[in-house]
Amino acid sequence: MSGDPLLRGTIDFVDVLVVLFKVGIAFGFLLVATMFMVWFERKLISDMQNRIGPNVAGPWGILQTLADGLKFFFKEDLRPREADSLVFRLAPYLSVVTAFVAFAIVPVGGVFKDGDPTSGTVSLFGKETYLQVADPPMGILLLLAASSIAVYGIMLAGWSSGSKYPLLGAVRASAQAISYEAALGMAVVAVVIAAGSLSTHDIVAAQSGGYRSWYWFATGLIPFVVFFIAATAELNRPPFDLVEAEQELVGGFHTEYSSIRFAMFFLAEFMNVITMSAIMVTLFFGGPAGPIFFGLDWLFPTLWFFGKVLVFLFVFVWFRATLPRLRYDQLMNLGWKVLIPVMLGWLLVYRAIVLWRDDKIDPIPTIIVGSIIAIVCTALLTAAFSAGDRAFERENTPSDREGS
Amino acid sequence: MVDTIVFVICAVICLTGAIGVIAARNPVHSALMLVMTLFGIAVLFIAQEAHFLAAVQVIVYAGAIVVLFLFVIMLLGVDVATDLELGKLRGQKTAAAGFAVVALAVVGYLIVNVDTTRTGVQSQGGVIDNVTPNVDLLAESLFDQYVYAFELTSVLLVVAVIGAVVLSRRHPPLDTDSAEASN
Repeated sequence: MSGDPLLRGTIDFVDVLVVLFKVGIAFGFLLVATMFMVWFERKLISDMQNRIGPNVAGPWGILQTLADGLKFFFKEDLRPREADSLVFRLAPYLSVVTAFVAFAIVPVGGVFKDGDPTSGTVSLFGKETYLQVADPPMGILLLLAASSIAVYGIMLAGWSSGSKYPLLGAVRASAQAISYEAALGMAVVAVVIAAGSLSTHDIVAAQSGGYRSWYWFATGLIPFVVFFIAATAELNRPPFDLVEAEQELVGGFHTEYSSIRFAMFFLAEFMNVITMSAIMVTLFFGGPAGPIFFGLDWLFPTLWFFGKVLVFLFVFVWFRATLPRLRYDQLMNLGWKVLIPVMLGWLLVYRAIVLWRDDKIDPIPTIIVGSIIAIVCTALLTAAFSAGDRAFERENTPSDREGS
Repeated sequence: MVDTIVFVICAVICLTGAIGVIAARNPVHSALMLVMTLFGIAVLFIAQEAHFLAAVQVIVYAGAIVVLFLFVIMLLGVDVATDLELGKLRGQKTAAAGFAVVALAVVGYLIVNVDTTRTGVQSQGGVIDNVTPNVDLLAESLFDQYVYAFELTSVLLVVAVIGAVVLSRRHPPLDTDSAEASN
């Protein structure tokens, strides 16, 4: 159990200033990064679709987002007559605040060493501190908490609009978020088991020492893929953007929002993309780990970190340009019938392999008993799925049953 | 000192939320007030160094259970401010007043007769030592010390879930004869 060295012992005025400084930097960085992300996405998707994209405001159109943001401020703020005014005004803040909170646990720099609690620190104003806003003992659970509160923003926005398409969009969105949160959480469990700690700082420290000590086998195969898919769904990014399927729902949960309130949802969405990319780098790719040149150990870890994040941002945009949207039943089937069982199974298999490696269990009986259990469970699961499919078919076949 | 300030703020938040739940006219507002109370309690958990419980409080209660409440409220269309008719149970108001008096009497008795007040200070009875993480302690009691009780509870929950599915499921009429005839 370590914790930030800044907050150990007595806390003086400088410590408070350092914390405030870190909070301010993180806040400013996220806002600027979001602006960049919007531009990056528009420009990249234009290239992929053989168009030019934003090119008027500033060099390469890089100030386009700033122009759009300013425009949002000066637009009329409409509120439908049927809207529940209090909740209508509250919902955008719930989205934005949770988007900021989750980033607080991401370590963005510092040189880490496994098993050394003083590693990963940098010097700020003469104080040793972690380069992350907070390192709470529950660590990565804060991400899950923030994403479960983010559901409220979407759900309440849709409900309080007093309009039918936003409500439908909101119900879809919250059902999707809740379904994929289970898979997301279990993928995180695999990382936590491998690293032996909930704290993001300890998770990164456990992966330090080159790419070979990233948990390729334990988390690199199945948990990473599951986490990536679940995160994409959680972010409502294509191909899981049923929440704002224009053809079906007008604009989804934020149809009735305009002006700066809409901009806040927009901001939260893109900010969450950045946060999720950063979390993926932290959990699966060693965070700020990477080779350091010229002894610049305060610079290169941070550069590596943002380089890795940029790769994920690119992949998210690539998804959007490439993949068509899923149908709603496909979405639910993927979440409940594929990702969650696969993740549960992987956790069992992984633990069994670890125990076998440590000579805690006898392999032959374990494999025999395990296979029998696996076969029985697979059979039960298949039977349940086919029963569900049959019931679905029966209910959806057109018949003249209504007459009888 | 800090502990007391945190406690007072959280207590105000919790109580405001709790009163809001029963006082709000609109069911959605009630649910939101409940979330506020849950958050206050989560902060109190953190003040007691129970970080894991605080996170679980937010993830499970605020993130799942109240969301389900909201689902039901929205989908059943009871989200309009209704003047709930009180007094459908005979003597309900009298009984409620009686219980309230008893509860207040107990609280008053405790306030008067317990000489050392421990409001807002850290728990003295637990085994939390700031060295072993919460999760390890919880895991030890759940999966080691009380593993049978834990497993039995989980079986009970599974039975309840399956029971709810079975009971609430409406079977479409299985008139295979007529279906075949129509084909």
